[in-house]
Amino acid sequence: MKNFLASRRGIIFVGGVIGILAAFLQKLGNPGNMGICVACFERDIAGGLGLHRAPIVQYVRPEIIGLVLGAFIAAYLFKEFKPRSGSAPLVRFILGAFAMIGALVFLGCPWRALLRLAGGDGNAILGLLGLTVGVWIGTIFLKNGYTLGRTQKTYKAAGFVFPLLMVGLLVAVLLNPQVEGAEKSGILFYSLEGPGSMHAPLIISLLFAIVIGFLAQRSRFCTMGAVRDLILFKHTHLFSGVVSLVVAAFITNIIFKQFNPGFSGQPVAHTMHLWNFAGMVLAGLAFALAGGCPGRQLFLAGEGDGDAAIFALGMIIGAAFAHNFGLASSTAGATPAGMVATVIGLIVCMLIGLTMREKVV
Amino acid sequence: MSKIIDARGLSCPQPVMLTINELENTTETQLEILVDTDTAKENVTRAITSQGWQVAKIETLDDEYKIVIKK
Repeated sequence: MKNFLASRRGIIFVGGVIGILAAFLQKLGNPGNMGICVACFERDIAGGLGLHRAPIVQYVRPEIIGLVLGAFIAAYLFKEFKPRSGSAPLVRFILGAFAMIGALVFLGCPWRALLRLAGGDGNAILGLLGLTVGVWIGTIFLKNGYTLGRTQKTYKAAGFVFPLLMVGLLVAVLLNPQVEGAEKSGILFYSLEGPGSMHAPLIISLLFAIVIGFLAQRSRFCTMGAVRDLILFKHTHLFSGVVSLVVAAFITNIIFKQFNPGFSGQPVAHTMHLWNFAGMVLAGLAFALAGGCPGRQLFLAGEGDGDAAIFALGMIIGAAFAHNFGLASSTAGATPAGMVATVIGLIVCMLIGLTMREKVV
Repeated sequence: MSKIIDARGLSCPQPVMLTINELENTTETQLEILVDTDTAKENVTRAITSQGWQVAKIETLDDEYKIVIKK
């Protein structure tokens, strides 16, 4: 059967759906220009589980659970569920952790960078420029033979582990629901103020994310791949999906009066241009070296890719470190520790890119 | 017997890079590419058509695909 969603029209459709649903989620309660942000929401999950204790970013976001489960359902239905792993998992974990640190210096993953742009946040331009430069550096490594090696087929059960982990998180949320005015409910932490306290109703977040996960798995939607394929092959396929996301979110934001152009006073954002840029250079490079943006990694994990799952876990742990060590930015700006961590991350990613390659013949 | 490019187990964008490198350097008019995910299959087919090649056939072998392409 021809896969419509993998066609040009398909990817434009999927980008549009993500843009519209994300703007809707913001309207329904998610934080500003954060209808969906894979990095921010994994960070909130780290907080909800108590891996870090930053009080304003604690919530087990059902969106992340839904994205993985939606992709899992799509992969399973269309016989694309192919459990595999073994392509330098530890390196992918480290890439995930530093990708998260870079994203939290900027304050968002590529999806949120696009949503911030569509909401009028000019600082997103610096982030997207940084992302492009980071991915561009990654393509240089790729051209010089960089590879993390081949994956191996593995047991079917191994492919179920990450989706089941998400089911476990969902069960934890259902058994420990938010209690009005309480910071803790059973084993989970909740935010009483700040972005972690702002969220759409659980069931809507979950359903929207399942839809997005399903569509994105079928269409291979990837923001990093969009930039990479444009630089590497001048292919505009994935890029057209990204453009569609921005346009759709922009129009929906106009309708909901969520479009506020400017640089200062933007929601969950800061105006330190250099660090908005540098944070995303680090994130973009890490995504390029790992072969996918944070969203794409979740969809791959849903179709049984254990290495992508390790990357996602690396991001969650990276988020815990980012808040425990004061590396994450706030609306006041990047922190000195965050700046140091960004530079260290860039050095680590460069070393990975330089040292892990096969000779080009 | 046409030359075989083995891109199994490789993640994006390496199957496409391997294929395009080969297309740019080869004198052959037929090649076979082995991939093991649908994403790689779609990406490779899209890439080779933009290079002026055509898909002759795609064989499904177990969990893998053999893409036969012609100039």
